[in-house]
Amino acid sequence: MGLDFTVVPAHLDIILLGCLWTIAIAVAAAVLSFFGGIVFAVIALYGPWFIRLPFRLIEWVFMGTPLLLQLFLIYFGLVQIGIDLPAFVAGIIGLGLHFAVYNSELIQTAILSVDKGQMEAARTVGLSRGQALRKVVIPQAVRDVIPPIGNNMIALLKDSALVSVIGVSELTLSAQRAIGATYRPFEFYLVAAAFYYVINLGMEWAQRRIERRISISR
Amino acid sequence: MTDQSHFVEIRHAQKSYGTLEVLKDISLNVERGQIVAIIGPSGSGKSTLLRAVNDLDSLTGGEVWLDGVQVNKDLPHRQYEKHINAMRQDIGMVFQHFNLFPHLTARENVVMAPKMLKGLSKEDANKLAEEQLEKVGMLDRIDYYPSRLSGGQKQRVAIARALAMKPKLMLFDEATSALDPELVDEVNMVMKKLAEEHMTMIIVTHEMDFAASVCDRVLFMDQGVVVEEGPPEIVFKNPTKDRTREFLRKHLAGAA
Ligand SMILES: Nc1ncnc2c1ncn2[C@@H]1O[C@H](COP(=O)(O)OP(=O)(O)O)[C@@H](O)[C@H]1O
Ligand SMILES: [Mg+2]
Repeated sequence: MGLDFTVVPAHLDIILLGCLWTIAIAVAAAVLSFFGGIVFAVIALYGPWFIRLPFRLIEWVFMGTPLLLQLFLIYFGLVQIGIDLPAFVAGIIGLGLHFAVYNSELIQTAILSVDKGQMEAARTVGLSRGQALRKVVIPQAVRDVIPPIGNNMIALLKDSALVSVIGVSELTLSAQRAIGATYRPFEFYLVAAAFYYVINLGMEWAQRRIERRISISR
Repeated sequence: MTDQSHFVEIRHAQKSYGTLEVLKDISLNVERGQIVAIIGPSGSGKSTLLRAVNDLDSLTGGEVWLDGVQVNKDLPHRQYEKHINAMRQDIGMVFQHFNLFPHLTARENVVMAPKMLKGLSKEDANKLAEEQLEKVGMLDRIDYYPSRLSGGQKQRVAIARALAMKPKLMLFDEATSALDPELVDEVNMVMKKLAEEHMTMIIVTHEMDFAASVCDRVLFMDQGVVVEEGPPEIVFKNPTKDRTREFLRKHLAGAA
């Protein structure tokens, strides 16, 4: 039985719909992981201990355990305490927080390496520490870590396939459904791989645009 | 309240880092419109004293007053933060390394704080930016990012940024020390202009000629104490203390 891609067009609609889900989940989770990463970083560096310590625990859970387990916890576990999230929302939260923890590590280092004179200059004109962080320090720190955050976002896109296990019909699960109907795993997995690659290219393109905009001020 | 009759008053300033005493009971008064220069060898505590004026470095003893209000008031943390942020709006500071915000244009550097703290409209903010950058001769670079400016230009934008808050007092910490020699004059010119407008200023500097030409009074510091203080004619031409003479001899010889 050789490769036969003529079976693909009949199922292209599910695959494309899967693509849309993957893009939507990846983008939403990326946005959550970016802003969550900033919030986590600020808490880790400047939060009072009674907020910092619980966050350390959350951070440990998200870094030290498999993403798959985290998705199960959020989707199946939370139901038990009355939080019944739609699967795609659970997926976005799981992916988003998981990568927020990784982004937070990058952003913390970047915040600490912003020249101390920046905070001083901002305080000197009368800004509070929070205002100085928000307007002066964090924008510079984030600017410095756009490339490594971009790498995390590509990892996020790939890991978004994991949300198929909680039943979100994203690209991987859609491919599996098409395979179920046709018994053509090789073709449909290749098609899915091609679509991941294209989405990946799109993300890299977006990242380059952001980097180019930032480089104007360097 | 203690009676307070000078515009800026530093009373018995004392500062220690652990066992290292960096400022040893320093007092200094500056009247409105006066310009005081602080000179002295490196490590003598000049920056620390200047930075105590806006509490960037907190004193371990003593008081700082500006225009009848104590800067380093003893207040509970939250209240103190509010108080000091308000006080700092009245005290402009210029650093040796400029510390411009690199992610903002010259215009944005100048208006960020006024916009945030005084709620300026966009129109007023633009007017303010143009006005202040014109004053330092940087209007033609208003939309440049700092990375595209020379050191002298950066420092002039930094001065405009400080002036945009309409401060009552300006502090300069070796504003020209990091500049290539040929860029020093453009910054000195701006400071001279401020002097002509009777801005009250405290200037830490290594440039004796410039200090002599603009200031009303010179303070010579060494090892955390004020060794000698007086009008520039006296301190530079006829110092009474040996340590001052020695410092000036080394410094003027080095410069010549
Ligand atoms: N954060 C600090 N911790 C410890 N020592 C410091 C600190 N800042 C300054 N000093 C010390 O205080 C002394 C005075 O420093 P400074 O005010 O910067 O001197 P100047 O500006 O006259 O060169 C120096 O001996 C310096 O090493
Ligand atoms: Mg100094």
